[in-house]
Amino acid sequence: MAESTTYEPIILRNVGVADSWEIDVALAHGDYQALPKALAEFQPDQLIDLVKNSGLRGRGGAGAPAGMKWGFVPKGKREKYLLVNADESEPGTFSNRAILENDPHELVEGIVISAYALQVPTTIVYCRGEFALGHRRLASAVKQAYERGYVGKNVLGSGFDTEIILFRGAGAYICGEETALMESLEGNRPMPRPRPPFPASYGVYGMPTNVQNVETLCNIPMLVSRGVEWYTSIGTAPRNTGPKVYCVSGHVREPGNKELPLNTTLRDLIYAHSGGMIDDRPVKAVIPGGASAAMLTGENLDFKMDFDTLASMGTMLGSGGVIIMNDRTCIPCAVRRIEEFYNHESCGKCTPCREGTMWMVKLLRRITRGDADSADIDQLERIGKTIGFGPPNITLCALGDAATSCVTSGIRLFREEFEYHAKIGRCMTERVLVAT
Amino acid sequence: MLSQETVEEIRAALTRYPRPRSAVLDALRAVQRQCGYCHPDGVKEAAEIMGLDANALQMLVTFYDLLYDQPVGEHVLMPCKNIACYLRGADHIIEYISTKLGIKPGETTADGQFTLEPMECLAACDLAPMMIADETYHGNLTEERVDEILAALATTSKRRDESIEGGGAHHG
Repeated sequence: MAESTTYEPIILRNVGVADSWEIDVALAHGDYQALPKALAEFQPDQLIDLVKNSGLRGRGGAGAPAGMKWGFVPKGKREKYLLVNADESEPGTFSNRAILENDPHELVEGIVISAYALQVPTTIVYCRGEFALGHRRLASAVKQAYERGYVGKNVLGSGFDTEIILFRGAGAYICGEETALMESLEGNRPMPRPRPPFPASYGVYGMPTNVQNVETLCNIPMLVSRGVEWYTSIGTAPRNTGPKVYCVSGHVREPGNKELPLNTTLRDLIYAHSGGMIDDRPVKAVIPGGASAAMLTGENLDFKMDFDTLASMGTMLGSGGVIIMNDRTCIPCAVRRIEEFYNHESCGKCTPCREGTMWMVKLLRRITRGDADSADIDQLERIGKTIGFGPPNITLCALGDAATSCVTSGIRLFREEFEYHAKIGRCMTERVLVAT
Repeated sequence: MLSQETVEEIRAALTRYPRPRSAVLDALRAVQRQCGYCHPDGVKEAAEIMGLDANALQMLVTFYDLLYDQPVGEHVLMPCKNIACYLRGADHIIEYISTKLGIKPGETTADGQFTLEPMECLAACDLAPMMIADETYHGNLTEERVDEILAALATTSKRRDESIEGGGAHHG
């Protein structure tokens, strides 16, 4: 694992630099070096090929190849949009907030290069409502970038015009879902749209739209500066390349954003990069990719935290939110807490998700109260499987599926704890509150 | 009921985006900033300015967590209750605030000073357990930290949402 110990952060390199969000500081620390190169040395299609060849996959959750998505955007001058999803809300995820607050110019640079590649005249950044500071810093960065000619008419004398508009949400997890995000942006109640049509042909305001995650866009400048060969040497080519910001939280000594090659093992993530476990307790369970990802036990920590490895294990890298739980964690209580979240955030449009999350919470509350039996656990599992793995397209968006991951994986891996809780009404494990 | 300032703010927002209707959340925030919450009469006036049905705005007020359909305290405390904070003692922090202020989650103190509104993940799990107080993130909460934060807030006046602007660009 030579790479994981020698890798120098790029995306988060300016975190901790004084006034890193001010344009002069950002310039002194490497921002806006790739943009002139992209404009001078690349035709738009060559940039799309560059991203395709890099193997870069979307960092927001689904892991779709970014270059392929770029290829879907219709060519030519017309009303079309780059839509940046900065509505980071997946429980356990906090990398976008770090970027917005510490290096907003890096995002602006990634946006402008991408806008040039896609030849879009307008980028809209949908910023999470709770991110007051991040929004303020990004707004200021955009203003500074306009003043210096990095955004606006005739970017750096290239003849390319592009604008960036900021939109601020008002607090709803569902808005991180791309079609709900577009509804929110259009001023409607944010409920997902059926697909097809997909955003690439019918997106925001009914116009072709490319939706990108903040961290994904922050990979673009380094890719332009350093090239495909360098980029694909990080991680595991061809399908799991580049750096990843892992957001490590829970019972580790040093939680935080850890920018590492995409082939970092879970063991290294915990013990080499997060200070190990608090009080040296064992790892009991891990949610590897935000609350929507199925949990794993702590028995095996020696696997790569990448898209394909985690998919082969029945879970996902998702948003990169790695939540670590020690042996004193009560799994039924943790699952109940996660399910209450999904029930609160279900937009209510699709019946299986709206009703299913409500019933799963009711059953979980009965189980954790000790007012249930094995049949209730079976019922809970059945509801989870119905929404999560039932007929395809049972719900319009992924929230329905996501809401079942913790329930079905929790019961599959820790059924005896659910049985104990249902009958006795107490945790099988002694949960100790961590004083930090 | 809306002040000239609020009306102008809403009108300015109408030109900020490719389509005027995209300004609804900015308009509702402007109403909330003036009234302390999305007062139904203010929402109605905002809808008139935007040429929309009041229900189209009202249904957004009830949907979004940061828009309030009833009065809240001068300071809104939003401790995170989601999994990463939960694993590091969020329940205890919420209970502590609740006991200290003598209110349940969702309630406002009798003096109108504080509202306790536990939230889902606020994207700051590295600071767990954490909360947002008004608009500021506070991390690694302990009972002592909570005491300090509440004491500091009790001496500050009306919170102001300073980041209501839409950003650097004005469309069109």
